[in-house]
Amino acid sequence: MAAESLDAYFGASRVVRDASFCVPTGQVTAIIGPSGCGKSTLLRCLNRMHETVPGARVEGEVLFQGRDIYGPAVSAISLRRHIGMVFQRPTPFPTMSIRDNVAAGLRTLPRNERPSRSQTDEIVEQALKRAALWDEVSDRLTASAMALSGGQQQRLCIARALATSPTVLLLDEPTASLDPISTQRVEELVYDLRSQITIIIVTHNMQQAARVSDKTAFMLSGELVEVAATNTVFTAPRDPRTEAYVTGRFG
Amino acid sequence: MSATAMSTRRVGRSHREELAASARRTLVRRRITSRVMIGLTYLAAVLATIPLILILYYLVRVGARSVNWDFFTKIPAPVGERGGMANAIVGTGLLMLIASAIGLPVGIGAGLYLADRRGTKLANLVRFLSDVLNGLPSIVLGIFAWQVLVRPVKHFSALAGGVALAVMMIPLVTRATEEMIRLVPVSMREAALALGYSNWRTSLSVVLRTALPGIVTGALVAVARIAGETAPLLFTAFGNSFWSFSPAQPIAALPMQIYTYAISPYDEWHAQAWAGALVLLALVLVISLAARFATRSRFGLGGD
Repeated sequence: MAAESLDAYFGASRVVRDASFCVPTGQVTAIIGPSGCGKSTLLRCLNRMHETVPGARVEGEVLFQGRDIYGPAVSAISLRRHIGMVFQRPTPFPTMSIRDNVAAGLRTLPRNERPSRSQTDEIVEQALKRAALWDEVSDRLTASAMALSGGQQQRLCIARALATSPTVLLLDEPTASLDPISTQRVEELVYDLRSQITIIIVTHNMQQAARVSDKTAFMLSGELVEVAATNTVFTAPRDPRTEAYVTGRFG
Repeated sequence: MSATAMSTRRVGRSHREELAASARRTLVRRRITSRVMIGLTYLAAVLATIPLILILYYLVRVGARSVNWDFFTKIPAPVGERGGMANAIVGTGLLMLIASAIGLPVGIGAGLYLADRRGTKLANLVRFLSDVLNGLPSIVLGIFAWQVLVRPVKHFSALAGGVALAVMMIPLVTRATEEMIRLVPVSMREAALALGYSNWRTSLSVVLRTALPGIVTGALVAVARIAGETAPLLFTAFGNSFWSFSPAQPIAALPMQIYTYAISPYDEWHAQAWAGALVLLALVLVISLAARFATRSRFGLGGD
């Protein structure tokens, strides 16, 4: 996945400026930067969620499997089945059981591709196992998802995103509303998933970026300042602004 | 600190005592004011519930005697014979069914629209007009329904009555739906979109489903509200002393039957009117209770 001179607007204000970068397949890429620098917006451009906000638009290209996702022949809806997303706050659907939450994405598939009931059960189990939640909920799959703790709800959302077997997973500050133990579990999960799926994680927590990612992108006021191997960004950054940020001089 | 201490000492004992006494007086005055105000709100709360309690008490005392098997199984009979309001009860049910069949889809649809297109000029206009419609006197609605639905076909009908009631329901349901949908967080909508849900599927199977218990409550409150309406039915459903199940024919309804019996000169009919009032009130109470139960669902917003 790659972006080419990407600009994102809210009305007249340009919140992402001329961003170009390449996301290595099967690795974890972190986007860091101070609050309001446009990192979430950049992430939301990658699965066309940005345009769901009234007045928001995108210019430039995002290449996914060799095609521009903003091209005329691409449907944002089917694209989002291939690029999963998890948000800052857990968003389980309150009317659905744990099982139905995980299976929610499967219901949008075209009728001939939709899995049968037993296949769905299998997919739900696999997704919950990949999200490291299966052991905690396997005996109460029909219970309300609202009965889970915040950390469990967030892993449920990750399982829900994984159930449609996307090739890319976008995480928008997935641990921002979680306690330290839940945060650690989610981080371990990201670490374990890396071989199976391409992950892009937005975080305002530099230690988290250093812990989980292979590659780090630093953003400042809508500009992509530096994109390099995580080790390089934290130990030998090229740009003085990156160095100032990672050494804690601002942000 | 020392300066303050010095000055206090210099002012002397009597002045300090005076200050303390004044503070105590203020405290006492505030306590009394607080007690009086709390007492007044308490009184207002009691006064607000007294009418319902009195009405219930009186209706049961006067009406309960005439609520018997005949009342629920027989149609109105001449004075001296045992009659009931069976046709009016069924008629009210049919009218509520017709009104709900028209009013609920339109009201819920309009509410969905208002919540979805929040802030646009058209949405604001629709919301304003819906509020105006809500405040429209029901008799005006009745005359209007007569003009467009009764006069052209030259006879009264249950359908005309149902439509008049539906028009009353629509603004109530619209506002209830909009409010409930606005309670569903945007993040829920985004989560569905990010899973590959289309806009309409997100609205229906996530947003609407999450808001459903609240919308059901709003719908039931609207149904309870129109169950007792008389004015819109006077020129439309008109009333009927016999059985009728046809939407094209005049139909009886509890409120109209109560009205007819209440203004008659016969004690026997007066008793029937009281019984009808009691049954109607019971019906409304049952619907309201159902509305409360709908809110208390295990899944979904609201409740607990």
